[in-house]
Amino acid sequence: MPHFASLYNFACWLAQDRAVAEDLVQEAYMKALKGFPSYQQGTNFRAWIYRILHNTFLTSQTGLKTHLSLDDDDVLIEPEAGTTPESILLARAEQETVRKTLEELPLRFREVILLCDMEEMSYDEIAQTLAIPVGTVMSRLSRARRAMRSLLEAKMQGVTR
Amino acid sequence: MTCDQLRPSLHAYIDGSCSAEELPILEAHLRTCPQCAAEALSLSELKRITRTASSARFAPSPQFRVRLEESIAAKPPRKPLFNFAGLPTLATAAFALLLIASSAMWVRHSEREQAVAELLDLHVATLASANPVDIVSTDRHTVKPWFQGKLPFAFNIPELGNSPFKLLGGKLVYFRHSPGAQLLFTLGKHQLSVFILKDQPLIAAASTREKGFTVEAWSRSGLRYVVIGDANPADVHALSQLFESAAQ
Repeated sequence: MPHFASLYNFACWLAQDRAVAEDLVQEAYMKALKGFPSYQQGTNFRAWIYRILHNTFLTSQTGLKTHLSLDDDDVLIEPEAGTTPESILLARAEQETVRKTLEELPLRFREVILLCDMEEMSYDEIAQTLAIPVGTVMSRLSRARRAMRSLLEAKMQGVTR
Repeated sequence: MTCDQLRPSLHAYIDGSCSAEELPILEAHLRTCPQCAAEALSLSELKRITRTASSARFAPSPQFRVRLEESIAAKPPRKPLFNFAGLPTLATAAFALLLIASSAMWVRHSEREQAVAELLDLHVATLASANPVDIVSTDRHTVKPWFQGKLPFAFNIPELGNSPFKLLGGKLVYFRHSPGAQLLFTLGKHQLSVFILKDQPLIAAASTREKGFTVEAWSRSGLRYVVIGDANPADVHALSQLFESAAQ
């Protein structure tokens, strides 16, 4: 089953619930099966099936709750200006701390970081998956990483935000 | 160009998505600007730790895979109204067949690759860390007891007196939600990790080359041993054999 394990992993990160993730993956495969005749041979299959999963999530109850609570990019966390790059501090970050930070990120930030860093998708693939322009992928990724670094550094310095 | 103009492009740089025109400009700037170079390093480190922490974080259960395969197989093909209308149905059937036929092999292969990649990440992260081990000692009689009460199993560390290997210490690691031991050794200027985990069927008993590292794995008494290092395969095998002898 192409991309089965990674789709499930991505679904869990989106939904933050294994049972919901199973439903999402199952529904996504069923939709892919039903819509396969509309899939254009030679185009990016991975982006196509991830997009189905992503849309399935957005229209699910969990997705609607998450999505509605975050309808505007401007609401999102912004780090203070002039945050010092701390590559050494980051290198010491425990995996669990990184995971918790990712979980705490707003959905729009979390998904773009996961698609880029975890799935190693190109900006074009991310744009196809999320149905947004490549320029938006780049700006959102930049803001998402700033927010993540800020949260992570705060956690590692024991600061409650 | 100024730092402010180039900074937004650092993300594309670390993601390998820079345009051919932009790349030489950025690289020239990074060679001369310590602030931007530090920012690029920081972003790159963030990307690495994100990937390590998120990849294969959640693995689907075998039961779910079976359930999904069954539901795909059970999906009735649409009845064609006309001959030409049957083409999409054929495509659907072909897709279902493709999903089912490739599933077991693909998932196992993918999971195995991910498991090895995860251990490689742990090894590389250890080497990059300022504090690579939690218990620092060249004495196996100090390192082994340190794991007591931390792991749900016990293991032996071989006597290295006449071998070229030197023990640096060990630390507790978590692999697929289970605790395990990571021991760090040196061989000349090479550093090698020995992972001892509760048996992990995903990691096949074999010696392979992965991204320039030699990875040798085997099982003994319900434990999976995995040796990883950039030394040559014969040296990695020699360390494996020392552990095999000690485990008997």
